[in-house]
Amino acid sequence: MELDASQSKDPLLDFSGVALGYADFTVLQDIDLRVYRGQVVAMMGGSGSGKTTLLRGATGQITAQRGTITAFGRNVATVSSDELRKLRQRMGVLFQQGALFTDLDVFENVAFPLREHTRISEAQIIECVLDKLNAVGLRAAAHLKISEISGGMARRVALARAIVLEPELILYDEPFAGLDPISLGITAQLIRGLTDRLHCASVLITHDVAESFAIADQVYMVGQGRLLASGKPSELAESADPYIRQFLDGQPDGPIAFHYPETPAFKQWLDKQRGRP
Amino acid sequence: MNPVKGIRAIGAWAIGFIFGLGAFARLLGLVLLRSGAALRRPGLVSQQVHFIGNYSLIIIAVSGLFVGFVLGLQGYYTLNRYGSEEALGLLVALSLTRELGPVVTALLFAGRAGTSLTAEIGLMKAGEQLAAMEVMAVDPVRRVLVPRFWGGVIAMPILAAVFSMVGIIGGWVVGVLLIGIDAGAFWSQMQSGVDIFKDVANGVVKSLIFGIAVTLIALYEGWNARPTPEGVAKATTRTVVSGALVVLGLDFLLTALMFSN
Repeated sequence: MELDASQSKDPLLDFSGVALGYADFTVLQDIDLRVYRGQVVAMMGGSGSGKTTLLRGATGQITAQRGTITAFGRNVATVSSDELRKLRQRMGVLFQQGALFTDLDVFENVAFPLREHTRISEAQIIECVLDKLNAVGLRAAAHLKISEISGGMARRVALARAIVLEPELILYDEPFAGLDPISLGITAQLIRGLTDRLHCASVLITHDVAESFAIADQVYMVGQGRLLASGKPSELAESADPYIRQFLDGQPDGPIAFHYPETPAFKQWLDKQRGRP
Repeated sequence: MNPVKGIRAIGAWAIGFIFGLGAFARLLGLVLLRSGAALRRPGLVSQQVHFIGNYSLIIIAVSGLFVGFVLGLQGYYTLNRYGSEEALGLLVALSLTRELGPVVTALLFAGRAGTSLTAEIGLMKAGEQLAAMEVMAVDPVRRVLVPRFWGGVIAMPILAAVFSMVGIIGGWVVGVLLIGIDAGAFWSQMQSGVDIFKDVANGVVKSLIFGIAVTLIALYEGWNARPTPEGVAKATTRTVVSGALVVLGLDFLLTALMFSN
């Protein structure tokens, strides 16, 4: 579904002039992005470019060093902890490593948000959880322990858990990592289908170009500590910008350095290793 | 060694210690403050009593039995010198209810349940499970720490009672069955000499306080563990060391308070 940003009134997620980082270290700065209802937005960038930091900013796990992050019209840095909890109830998050609860089985992991936030009957919980597990192809794995399922299955269970409350904003951190080609295609279509059916917004943190370009309405590309480009997938695919071309074509040489830059600390360490003063 | 560096190191240690105490007290406050909502779901607490208590039962019972055996032998050796071996039952019962039951149970609890609590919470942290809970708008203190805290606090006096009970049986096996002390004297001396408030209730209070201390140390160490395999391993070790030292220190204080006069 192609939905023009101007059709939706207010963005569900809004970053305005945001700088994000940890302690004194800034990972990303001058980030401006908007996510509207009904959109699938892909945040792309290489490993270590700060994509996950963006997600942490959106959920209020870290606060912006500069600028404002607004979710559902509320500034996540200034809301009370109760309000932040209410905002988070309207979000679903798929963690990079799944973050499944290892003391619970597959069924209970997916049922967890329902048990914590709703008062629905056990029969409704069973129906709802099996429905979501069915959507990710794991209905018959409901009884298994987390230690008994593979990494790819764990990510699909985590996906089912992220969508079980049918949230308005779903944040997916690397949803395609570790999936086989069949699961990958189905997951991509599931994300697109869910966004259309629930009329929610989906944010994909990913570096998988083909799958995300196939389902995204808007793509933001981050790297070098800032927002490098944004636009519709078709616009970015035709772009001649060397940063975008290098990333999309997977070229080893270009403005994005493959090698981690040498720092004075590294040189000092190397000298010490070689026994020089 | 440079004296300034030495003073600085002592200062850093003192600040770290006080900071740790503050963080520990803050965690206790958080757990108590958020207990209300969690206790409205008793299923979570009873699940933890089962995990923490039931799985510690074998080690507690076996240890209690052997401590009882040893108390029977050592007690008989001493009492026999004064011709008062009939008081063996009283000696075994008082030793267990007043001192050994709560203390040894707490030490074993720190080693068995405490380490498993620390490792579980540390690994939950390393696997982003606690962060995931927070992002799902579920308070991990309320959902993870509070049920485990109350599970430990409830389980400890029960385990101490089992320890003392099995220990008394151990003393009876050695004293009455093996050595041949009169069974009537063994039990009647115990019945008349053990006071329900001064001995049994004070022992229960001790084990409750040990339960609070050891469980909270285990939770604190897991909660503050570095989220790496090495960090969790170190936190687990700290649980046993700090738990054991705190139990022994508290035991001295409580004994002085309860049994002085």
